[in-house]
This record gives sequence, structure tokens and C-alpha cells, in this order.
Amino acid sequence: MTGNRKMLIKLTVVAIGMFGFGFALVPFYDKICEVSGINNLLRADAVTNTQVDLARSVTIEFDANTHAMPWRFRPLESSIAVHPGQLTTVTYEVMNTLDRPVSGQAIPSYGPRNAAQYFRKLECFCFSKQTLAAGERRRMPVTFVVDSALPSDVGTITLSYTFFEVEGAVDRAAGSAVAQGGRS
Amino acid sequence: MSSIAHDPTHGHEHDHHAHHPSGVMRWITTTNHKDIGSLYLWFSFIMFLAGGVMALTIRAELFQPGLQIVQPEFFNQLTTMHGLVMVFGAIMPAFVGFANWQIPLMIGAPDMAFARMNNWSFWLLPVAAILLMGSFLAPGGASAAGWTLYAPLSVQMGMGMDMLIFAVHIMGASSIMGAINIVTTILNMRAPGMTLMKMPLFCWTWLITAYLLIAVMPVLAGAVTMLLTDRHFGTSFFNAAGGGDPVLYQHVFWFFGHPEVYIMILPAFGIVSQIIPTFSRKPLFGYASMVYATSSIAILSFIVWAHHMFTTGMPAAGQLFFMYATMLIAVPTGVKVFNWVATMWKGSMTFETPMLFAVGFIFVFTMGGFTGLICAITPIDIQIQDTYYVVAHFHYVLVAGSLFAIFAGTYYWLPKWTGHMYDEGLGRLHFWASIIFFNITFFPMHFLGLAGMPRRIPDYALQFADFNAIATVGAFGFGLSQLIFLAAVLKCVKGGQRRPQRSGTVRTDSSGPCPRQRPTIPSKLHRLSSKRCWLTGGPPWTGDQTSAPR
Repeated sequence: MTGNRKMLIKLTVVAIGMFGFGFALVPFYDKICEVSGINNLLRADAVTNTQVDLARSVTIEFDANTHAMPWRFRPLESSIAVHPGQLTTVTYEVMNTLDRPVSGQAIPSYGPRNAAQYFRKLECFCFSKQTLAAGERRRMPVTFVVDSALPSDVGTITLSYTFFEVEGAVDRAAGSAVAQGGRS
Repeated sequence: MSSIAHDPTHGHEHDHHAHHPSGVMRWITTTNHKDIGSLYLWFSFIMFLAGGVMALTIRAELFQPGLQIVQPEFFNQLTTMHGLVMVFGAIMPAFVGFANWQIPLMIGAPDMAFARMNNWSFWLLPVAAILLMGSFLAPGGASAAGWTLYAPLSVQMGMGMDMLIFAVHIMGASSIMGAINIVTTILNMRAPGMTLMKMPLFCWTWLITAYLLIAVMPVLAGAVTMLLTDRHFGTSFFNAAGGGDPVLYQHVFWFFGHPEVYIMILPAFGIVSQIIPTFSRKPLFGYASMVYATSSIAILSFIVWAHHMFTTGMPAAGQLFFMYATMLIAVPTGVKVFNWVATMWKGSMTFETPMLFAVGFIFVFTMGGFTGLICAITPIDIQIQDTYYVVAHFHYVLVAGSLFAIFAGTYYWLPKWTGHMYDEGLGRLHFWASIIFFNITFFPMHFLGLAGMPRRIPDYALQFADFNAIATVGAFGFGLSQLIFLAAVLKCVKGGQRRPQRSGTVRTDSSGPCPRQRPTIPSKLHRLSSKRCWLTGGPPWTGDQTSAPR
């Protein structure tokens, strides 16, 4: 029954190959997102339209959250009015309340959802991981342009950030006992 | 691994001198494809009852608005486990059970290609089932992330989720081994003269299903492995904070998940394609087109997965591609339904229980297929995503599709398996109770979904109360009807009327059940007329209506 054995080996190789294929979908997905420009959370947007539309004014609301993190995080202004195409910078403030360094990554989200593609961030603390020393307070800018192609029925855009802790990013050997206490 | 089962002298000695263990050890150590087939079928029936009890608890809670019976957390665990138990515990093992029993009989093989691996792939299942059911007792209860185990929710669950992940690994390994066994048996062990295009259609559908299993079960294993490392080993495949993406999980999952739904329906197509010609007393219409349609469905199933994800914000081009690709699947499926109807056309039809279930299958499955087309249309899907409309759709294709075909096949082949006729009265009662209560349960869910009732909720707005009450009554009726099935099977196994003899047909010599062990490969297909029993897994009460053209 060498024929059966050969078939067994072939099919096992296919099965193992497909297990690998599942993991290969990860970089493939990243590549697709990169090529098609979807989901580029960590890169600055390109601004093509710099025409300022003075006739129109859009309210931008700022929101700040943390997800199970010992950080205080807030925007300095809760909302501003901007003209589409106008370059604007706002500031968020974050403070680490623990006595050990903590790393976090901010993820933006937008309301209404379809406004996201018109909200172009040129500079943002969310493009990279933030590591705060024990008790450190940091002011971080966000520079953005609202594309003047924004549909006319959108009068308000809410920009909401949520900080997630990036575990294992800081050396936690010293502060692991504190971490257990601090996060309970 | 395979040498023992295929060494004819050894195998015969074993059988004739009855040295094989008896009692429980017979079942634990068995390498006989029929024993293993029976084990698979009983296992899947037990899991079917377990999943059914979960479903009835869900329906009891939804009988009226408000929280009466279970807490929302437990309700979510029930919906999750009901789905997983029914998919991986009931439907898939049942079809593997049919494959074990019928494929060697149908192609003239002495047993499955890898008899010991066959034993192993079955006995992994109870282990996985214990792990799965045991997760209810874990701190925090079983997983409540839905059967799709979407990240990031599944990254946050308690220990029950880890048990589930291991259970999925084990069940996946079992399925892959089973599939490898089936492919090898079909490709390498057919009787001389039985070309692929002469095989009964059930073998064809299982061959294609087995390839699908080998291709996608490892992808599911990969997806849950990534979940596991995200949960415990600091990776960030699906964790946005670490640079991952929860939507990626959905892509990987549904790359498995969509072929999976065809894994659960193609063997059903095969069973129905055996039964319809028998009771129409005509050969199957369009055998070759059936084979090609099955293959096209299998190939298309790999390029439609994102139709489960229309609301994740994919670009319009992607939505259009997946919408059209999905609708394309209706073409080969339509070919199949057409062929079944054309087989019945002007046939001398009789309506014994297997035929009732097979015709019921075509009727109700086609309805499920049409709601599937409706769900495939992106703008409509965005409306009905995660509503009871989707619940109605997939229960129409999985219960009235896969499950009814399993019933049909069981009644059809029970006489061959046991040597006794089943009780026709009980069988018909089971059919009519099932199809009526099935529709009472699931038809109102279309209306609930269109009216906006979300799925996976323990409580709902008052305007949904009436249809939910009806659905719950139907569900209990459907659940209790399955006890009739149990009674019919037990009665048949214990004894009863000998299965009918047909005079003047080739099968006059095969009145009893097939013997436990059969002679090895027959020399030539055409010389087997006195040994039809081995060659056709076919109908015991009719003439020679095989589906393959001769």
C-alpha cells in the first residue's frame, strides 16, 4: 500500500501548507491594506486638496478614552470649528499615574464613520507608541486638515482616541508587583 | 499504519476466528469502517441532543420579552456553544459517519485506507467534546464570543475560551485525518473498473468535501492559534494597540468559514442524489453536470468569504466583487436543484420516509438558498446583518438542508446497516412533525429579522413578542420530534421486520446486513453481480437504481 502512504504524505503536506497559509494571510492583509490605503492607522495622510473653503464651517469634537490603563488622558479643547482645508493643530494631554513606565498606543476612531476618509492627520501621537515614565505628564499635538470634499450633510465630526496598553513594551521586571496591584 | 487492515490473510483470520475484543474494547479498539461509522453517527446524535437542549434553553428564554430563565452572560455562552456543538459535534461527524459506512461499500474497498488512523480520528472527538462541554464549568463559564469567536471579544474571554480553542484544534485534527482517509480511499481503493465518473454521487461529493476540509481546517487552526498567542503570549495579530487588526481575524476565519458551510452541505447533496433516483425509479438526471456543479461550488467557495463582512467598511469594489461572486454560486446550486427535479420528472415516485426527507430537503433548502441570495446583495445585507433574518437563513440551509439529508440518509441506509426495516409509520411521523415544526420555528424569524430584531440577544423589544412565542412553540415541537427519530432508530437496531427481498434483481443474495468484514478487492467490477452488497451502498427495497451511468 505504498500508494496510500504516498497519498497520506502528499495530503499531510497540503494540510501543513494550509496551516502556514493561514499565517501568510497576515502579511498579505497588511500589504493589501497598504496598497489600497485602507486602515493606515500608523501613517500620516497625504493632503492633496489645500483649497480652504471659507464659506463652510465644520465642528470638530475631541474625545479621549483609555482602555484599562492607569493614564489620565484628555484633550485641552473639547471642540473647535474649522473651515475645510484649513490646517489646524490641537493638543491632548496624557499623564501616567503609576510609579513605573508604561507604554500605550492610541487608536483613533471617527463619528460619523464615513467622515473618516475626509479627516487627514498630518501629525499625530497615534502614529507611534507612547512610553511615559513614572508620573510623567505629556502634551501631544494633532495636526489635521478636513478635506473640502467632505459631504455637505456632515456638520460635526467627532475624533475619538482610545489608549491601549502595549504589554511587554517596557521592561517590567522591576515593576511587575506594582503592575499587578495597579491594574486590579 | 495501513498494513494491518489491508493484509487480507491477517484480516480474515481476525474475523473468522473472532479474536477481536468484545464489549467496550470492541468499540475502543475497532478499525472496522462500519463500527467507526456507527460510532460517528451515535456521537453526532448525542451532540445533536446536547446542542438541541441549548437551543431549547435559548428559545425558552426568548418565549417572552424580559429575562426569565437565564442570565444574559449565560445566554451568550449558550448561543456560542449551540453553534459550535451543532457544527463541529453534530453535522460534520454525522457526515463522516455516513462516509465511513458507505464509501467503502460503494466503491468496493475492503475498508478505509488507514484503518487505525480512522479509529484515532474518531476517538479524538469525544475528547474534544468533553473539553468543549467542560468549558461551561470553567471559571467565567464557556466562551460567549459567538461561534465565530470574533476578536477582540475572544481575546478577552476567560479560561473557557482556551478550552474551546484546544477543542477546535483537536476537532480540526480529527477532521483533517478523516478527510485524508476519505480522499485516499476514494482515489486509491476503488474496485477495478470503477472509474471516477462511475462512482455513486455520494462518493463524489465526499471526495470534494474532503479536499475542502484539508484546505480550510488548517486555516481555522491557524486562526485560533493566533487567538491563543494573542491571549497568552503577547502577540498582537488582532490587537489594534499592538499594530494588529480585529478585521484580519474575520478574514482568516471566514476564509475557513465559507468553505465550511459547503463542507456541511455537499455530502447532503450526495445523500439526496442517491435517494431521489431510487424512489423515482430513474437514474439520476445529469450525473456529470452534478459532478461539475459540486466542483464549481467548492472552487467558488474560496472567493466569497468576505460576504460575511459587508459591514466592516471594505471598499465598494470589494463589496461588488464578493456580491457577484456569491451570486454566481447560485448557478451550480441551481443546476443541482434542476437535476433533482428532472430526476423526479415522470418517475414512478413513491414516498417512503427517505424520499419524504429528500423532497422536503429540496423544498426547504431551496428556500434557504433564496434567502441566501437576498443576503448576498450588499445593500440588503447591510440592513439585515446580525438580525434574525440571517438566523432564519442559515437554519433553513443547515437544519432543513444538512440535518434533513442526514435523516434521509439514515432511514435510507438503516436497513442495510442493521438488516431490519425501520418502522415506516414512525419515520413518516418523524418527517411530518419535523418539517411542520421546523417551519413554525424558523419561518417567523424572517419577519423578526426584517423588522430589525438583532441576533444573540436574551431580551427584545415588545413588538417582537408574538413571533418569538410562535418560534419557541415550534422549537419545542421540533426538539421533541427528534425523540421519534431516536425511537425509530432504536427499534430498527433491536430488530423488526427483515428488510425486503427483491425478486429478480441482482441483490437477491444480500438480504441481510453486510458482514462485518468483507473479502478484499474483487477482481473485476462486472463480475460482481453476485456480490452487489459490497458494491452498492444502495437501496435495499428497490431494484438497481444506481446513480452512476453504466
